[in-house]
Amino acid sequence: MEGRKRGVDRKAYYAAKIRKVAHLLFYKRHSLPGARGWELRKRVGSDYPKVINLLDEYLEKIGLTVKIVFEEEASPPENPTLEQYDRARFYITLKDNLGVEEAKMIGWRIDDIAALCASIAYIISKGGKAQRKELEDLLKNKIPNWRVDIDLNKFIRLGYLIEDENEQIYLGWRTRAEVDQRKLIDLLLEAESEKKT
Amino acid sequence: MGERQKTTREAREELRRIIELCRSVEIKGLDPYLVDVEDLIKVVKEYFPMWKDTEDLCLDAETLNSIASIVKMQGEWVKQRATALYRDPFLIEEKIRSLPIDSMAKIFLETWHPVVEFEQLTIKGFREALKYWSDLLPLDERWKRIGYMKTETEKATREEMIKEGLLLGESFSAELEEMWIDLKEKASREGRVKYWDFIGSDSYEETVRRAYLTSFLITYGYAKLEIHYLEDEIFISPNEKPAPMNEESGELISFPIPISFEEWRKWKEGRGA
Repeated sequence: MEGRKRGVDRKAYYAAKIRKVAHLLFYKRHSLPGARGWELRKRVGSDYPKVINLLDEYLEKIGLTVKIVFEEEASPPENPTLEQYDRARFYITLKDNLGVEEAKMIGWRIDDIAALCASIAYIISKGGKAQRKELEDLLKNKIPNWRVDIDLNKFIRLGYLIEDENEQIYLGWRTRAEVDQRKLIDLLLEAESEKKT
Repeated sequence: MGERQKTTREAREELRRIIELCRSVEIKGLDPYLVDVEDLIKVVKEYFPMWKDTEDLCLDAETLNSIASIVKMQGEWVKQRATALYRDPFLIEEKIRSLPIDSMAKIFLETWHPVVEFEQLTIKGFREALKYWSDLLPLDERWKRIGYMKTETEKATREEMIKEGLLLGESFSAELEEMWIDLKEKASREGRVKYWDFIGSDSYEETVRRAYLTSFLITYGYAKLEIHYLEDEIFISPNEKPAPMNEESGELISFPIPISFEEWRKWKEGRGA
């Protein structure tokens, strides 16, 4: 009886923490959505990675997931330490993919999506940065001139790309949070080989 | 003597050319291995005994610094190629050019998981706002407490403003610069400092002056604000270099912070406690 009570208490304890973390991650508080690990630790305690796992399990049922971006690491660590978690940024993203129709419904034109895909893939191929002029030339190949500038500025405004004072363009926080870069490059390569055969 | 002068001038030009070369490789994102670092070091070494003036020694140091940045880029280049993400850039570019728009879009959609975020008002936020509103005294009561004297409005010259102590005798940009240095010092330990701890001063007038100057520090990109709504805390952190913001960056927002007499008194009491 006592054991059962403890189990219920534990469940209630984690349910309260999950609610707190969900609020922190869903509601935008800073200029960027999501939260840093240290913010979560401050709100729910040092066992927040466990709370994140529980929230992730819950969100999976409705097609969402908690995405952890280790911004300071070259590649995501296999077994992150608490310090690495503290510095990481946590977002809630869609777990599943969007279809073309769904993407249109949330305000994306098909040629904008293609332009974003081309920009991200090009920057990855150039080792993480590219000159704006080069990118513009690449996009002008398929998109009318007048849209290229609008598109690039839109991608920068939304955080997919970053531009510095030397007109160099890098991948932004949103690309790191939302795009599976490795899969993107693999799919591009596969698409080409399919075309050849 | 003439021969020596000519050689020195040529050597300076050579170093400047090296700096320019390194800079253009960095800016254009060219392959850093196109630069023969060993060759450049030889040139720098060869000219080093000629330098006597501080200016020339600085030029020598700047050249070495530029070469060091190329070596750093070479390290990053190798690291990038060693990652699983690396693919031949020409191959990828060729694919981007040859694939039709709809195929590109479909590929992207398979790898895209947009962030989910809400921006609407929460009950908690609404409750806090309501509490703020009910605690807020009417304007006439708030102004009564400060106790001001009604006078006719007149034009004030800069000299009069300085005399009244509202402006310093130095230029506005110098005052900003001074504030920036002050901020850097106060934030040197944690990289940021609480907004009120930075602007707060022993007198209300000085606090308002500091808040006014701080608003320009932020607008001109010398510093940035960090707003923690849930914790009800605002931090300010200095930028190493001024980073002007523009509307396109999507970061430019106007965020009013009331510097009322009440707020100042509360801060001062809190500091005393």
